[in-house]
Amino acid sequence: MALKAPYVTSYLTEHFGDDAFGSLEGYEARGGYQALKKALAMDPEDLIELVKSSGLQGRGGAGFSAGMKWSFMPKDSEHPKYLVCNADESEPGSFKDRILLERGPHQMLEGILIAAHATGAEKTFIYVRGEYACAADQVERAVVEARGKGYVGRNALGEGREHEIIVVRGAGAYICGEETGLLESLEGKKGQPRKKPPFPAQFGAFGMPTTVNNVETFSHVPHIVEKGADWFRGFGTEKSPGTTVFGVSGLVQRPGLYELPLGTPLEEIVFQHAGGPLEGRTVKGVIPGGMSMPILPASQLDVPMANEFLRERKTMLGTGGVMVMDDTTCMVRASCVITYFFRDESCGQCTQCREGTGWLNKIVERIERGAGVQEDLDILEDVAGKMEGSTICAFADAAAWPVQGMLRHFREDFEEHIRQKKCPFPGSFEL
Amino acid sequence: MISEETRSKIDAEIERYPQKRGALLAALHLVQKDHGHVNGEAARELAEVFEIRPIDVAEVVSFYNMFYSEPQARHHVYVCTNLPCSLRGARSLVRQIEAHLGIHAGESTPDGRIALGHEECLGACAYAPMMRVGETYHEDLDLEKVKAILDGLD
Repeated sequence: MALKAPYVTSYLTEHFGDDAFGSLEGYEARGGYQALKKALAMDPEDLIELVKSSGLQGRGGAGFSAGMKWSFMPKDSEHPKYLVCNADESEPGSFKDRILLERGPHQMLEGILIAAHATGAEKTFIYVRGEYACAADQVERAVVEARGKGYVGRNALGEGREHEIIVVRGAGAYICGEETGLLESLEGKKGQPRKKPPFPAQFGAFGMPTTVNNVETFSHVPHIVEKGADWFRGFGTEKSPGTTVFGVSGLVQRPGLYELPLGTPLEEIVFQHAGGPLEGRTVKGVIPGGMSMPILPASQLDVPMANEFLRERKTMLGTGGVMVMDDTTCMVRASCVITYFFRDESCGQCTQCREGTGWLNKIVERIERGAGVQEDLDILEDVAGKMEGSTICAFADAAAWPVQGMLRHFREDFEEHIRQKKCPFPGSFEL
Repeated sequence: MISEETRSKIDAEIERYPQKRGALLAALHLVQKDHGHVNGEAARELAEVFEIRPIDVAEVVSFYNMFYSEPQARHHVYVCTNLPCSLRGARSLVRQIEAHLGIHAGESTPDGRIALGHEECLGACAYAPMMRVGETYHEDLDLEKVKAILDGLD
């Protein structure tokens, strides 16, 4: 089933209601691949400087400067260099990359090809999560079209400068969204993250220098090249320029996709764009950036959606997946769902994560059943604290943070379960 | 077990990667498309093609949710029960589907037609509850819509 176009659009998604935009012809008719031509006439160093000065941050969750990342690629490498497009979108509450893949595959490919010129990469692997078969089909079709026109293949980046694009299908593992887990998977192995250093720019896919960027990050690039860094900085905040595609889900009137400038207040997204809570309900809490990011209570929705402001509230933008919970929602039940997910998806490599995710889930479920004791809350905080920052990758942090957020803002829900020895929210969603 | 046609498709995949093993996931997808699962015999044949040990293939099969080492029902019906979908009634819907099919999530119908399961986030959060049947997403569901979809499966 084709995804619905975003309710609010800007430069990334403005043509997403138009089926023709997905085809090469339709994309070119709307100005597509002009930015690539402009980029190919530029010196790679200048191109990297342009993206750096635009302030484009990675849109996959960590928010690192895209231009900086490109600049880490070795300049004089005797080995081949690669790009990887991370299309393994699996963060619960995130569905923006899916529409960017399905409705704007050429926009993303153009961004990839510009990045290939900037970094000197000869191949790109687009790793699409296995469940996104429809998206992978669209991208494969777009690559074939682009190859037919000479944008991909021999001489793609100028005389004698080849660029190949390979679409890879994952097979269902959240951890493959972690960039080094993805690289392992790309090499035909279990997707267990690697120790860093060495970082991918030195030792990436198949041991070669590699840059990994998210689908949305690449999709912004043609617009920056075409219209300039100053234009890009006209959207968003000083530290977080540009738009992003927020995915709003949960208990609101109009769940859906909304392309808005970074820094848009969370309450504007929830109440104005997504129509606020369901009839007769009130908002209780909102997860601002995909399930790994700590929840915010209703009293803190004035926060602008950009990392420099969200960090002050001990949370982050993540993938921009906004999940809304209302006054019927039991936050202990929500924590059961969250902790089960991380327990299920831990790759099992590091003890703190493998064991910690299990403990968090068991204790939260015990509290929900009415069998919890006050001391359990201390154990939860202790386990979460010991998982944070102590493992090979950030998965353990991603599992610990939401629990810490729930205890920070909704401790009463947990204490009430312990006091009443049952769930005090009979009207909450079913477990 | 691996047909000549599939073998040549696997060889074509191998050509695309800097190292042979990179094509292993693609090969597993191809084999599973033919047989519905990747059993020990297929794993051994793939190990030979990729010049790795059968255990290397088996551990990849067991690591990824979408690969199966045992024969499967004809249709996989997976309902997303992650938080955005649960908030909008996905788990109640699973119970209703269980009652409709007379099986629990994690089981298959005795005629081998449908396997029912929970699944983690499928990236359709605004269109909850949702499920996938094989590769096809069905969104904004209720029991009536699900019944119509399931009844239409062969």
